[in-house]
Amino acid sequence: MAVLVIAEHDNASIRGATLNTVTAAVQCGGEVHVLVAGCNAGPAAQAASAISGVSKVLHADAPAYEHGLAENMAALVVGLAGAYSHLLFPATAGGKNVAPRVAALLDVAQISDAHRVISADTFERPIYAGSAIATVQSLDPIKVITVRTTGFDAAGQGGSAAVESVAAAADTGMSSFLGSEIAKSDRPELTAAKIIVSGGRALGSSEKFGDVLTPLADKLGAALGASRAAVDAGYAPNDWQVGQTGKIVAPSLYIACGISGAIQHLAGMKDSKVIVAINKDPEAPIFSVADYGLEADLFVAVPELVSSL
Amino acid sequence: MKVLVPVKRVIDYNVKVRVKPDGSGVDLANVKMSMNPFDEIAIEEAVRLKEKGAATEVVAVSCGVAQCQETLRTAMAIGADRAILVECADELQPLAVAKLLKALVDKEQPGLIILGKQAIDDDCNQTGQMLAALAGLPQGTFANKIEIADGFVKVTREIDGGLENLRIKLPAVVTADLRLNEPRYVTLPNIMKAKKKPLEVVKPADLGVDVTPRIKTIKVTEPPKRGAGVKVADVAALVAKLKNEAKVI
Repeated sequence: MAVLVIAEHDNASIRGATLNTVTAAVQCGGEVHVLVAGCNAGPAAQAASAISGVSKVLHADAPAYEHGLAENMAALVVGLAGAYSHLLFPATAGGKNVAPRVAALLDVAQISDAHRVISADTFERPIYAGSAIATVQSLDPIKVITVRTTGFDAAGQGGSAAVESVAAAADTGMSSFLGSEIAKSDRPELTAAKIIVSGGRALGSSEKFGDVLTPLADKLGAALGASRAAVDAGYAPNDWQVGQTGKIVAPSLYIACGISGAIQHLAGMKDSKVIVAINKDPEAPIFSVADYGLEADLFVAVPELVSSL
Repeated sequence: MKVLVPVKRVIDYNVKVRVKPDGSGVDLANVKMSMNPFDEIAIEEAVRLKEKGAATEVVAVSCGVAQCQETLRTAMAIGADRAILVECADELQPLAVAKLLKALVDKEQPGLIILGKQAIDDDCNQTGQMLAALAGLPQGTFANKIEIADGFVKVTREIDGGLENLRIKLPAVVTADLRLNEPRYVTLPNIMKAKKKPLEVVKPADLGVDVTPRIKTIKVTEPPKRGAGVKVADVAALVAKLKNEAKVI
């Protein structure tokens, strides 16, 4: 039996999370197929065919798939599921929206946020905001899984899979897309960034958040992140939130500025390769996970850091 | 319009979770339990809809042990009109809960079901989507804002990179994200009033649902500890460490 990866893409290209999910799929065993469902998504399907380890790309093209509406996506995946032992989605906002709908329609359980493949039916996943790790075994014939992308390396390029068209399922017409508000930014995407500069409530205002952290992020080519406290206070947009209920990140370098380090925040960033904490409170829990801790006022230390880079 | 709000009893947000030495799970003996924070937001939203006149009745539901009655009383103190407990002492996984809720949706015929997007214990983020699938209803997950009008709900959803707006036909399932609202503080008079509100108890068998787990937990372990590193004296020392030791810049 083969493994089907449901790709995350923007019709023109494949999103990074798909590549980590392919790596998890390879570890499940069997051939790896990738489903690209979109509208005028030919370029994304071609990009998927070049992912190393992928033996076939299924391309479904219809207006119903343009915005990834859960009802239409789930109907399509359920129609294809019979040929697969595993259905893998990246654990992104998109994957988390669709995967449980697919699982329920197939009457199988879902394993969320798998970060390690032990065997074809056994996986590891964090629970309680990463305070515990559960090893779980699926007893169902089809395994529906969302993959925590930070647990797996990105698959490389160099594949040459065939692209096969699959028929679109009918538009369920249950929901319709009105529009989106996506902030345009030249910065790397938070979950794909190699360096993240993240700020907490100590920044004090959205102006200071920008004034102090933006120069550092610019200098390092980094993405900007935030703690829940900073987002709650309105200093940073919602989708910058790193933590249990926000983004899970694992960059090479995570610089936490004025973040105390609640367990819910640590859950989102403790797999980073190198963690730097800048905080004036010597007792801040963030220092217990930081490779390099600098006990200092961030309003002095961060500008100094910018000028010394 | 009737609004159904499922709520889960979970370990309190502020409790430090400890893994049992035998690896069978986490220690829940004598720890504070509370309503899942996302479910509190869901209840608050339903009560606000009723206060605005968009909903006529708010029904809270919980699936689990007898003590979930406390969670349901909290939901009624926030403003739910009545409650249903599906009492079951065995482990309930999201698919089983979704099936129990589907049976209650068939019975109660709500116009809207609002759930928290995920529970902070198992962090699954599944039940709302599964319920929508089983009940044949559309879904608006990770809601940041909802507006009801003319038989539709407009849902502003939190997605990677920003927000998106969907128009969804009612009846529908909505799951609450963190910033849908800020739940009110429960007042003592409302806690007293909640004690008198009706609470019905049913069993999974009454609803004809098989709740056998489909996922077996083999073991639960502590996560690998990340040791604290070193404190550096100043910015120059930090830059030197990052360049020469960690080699990340």
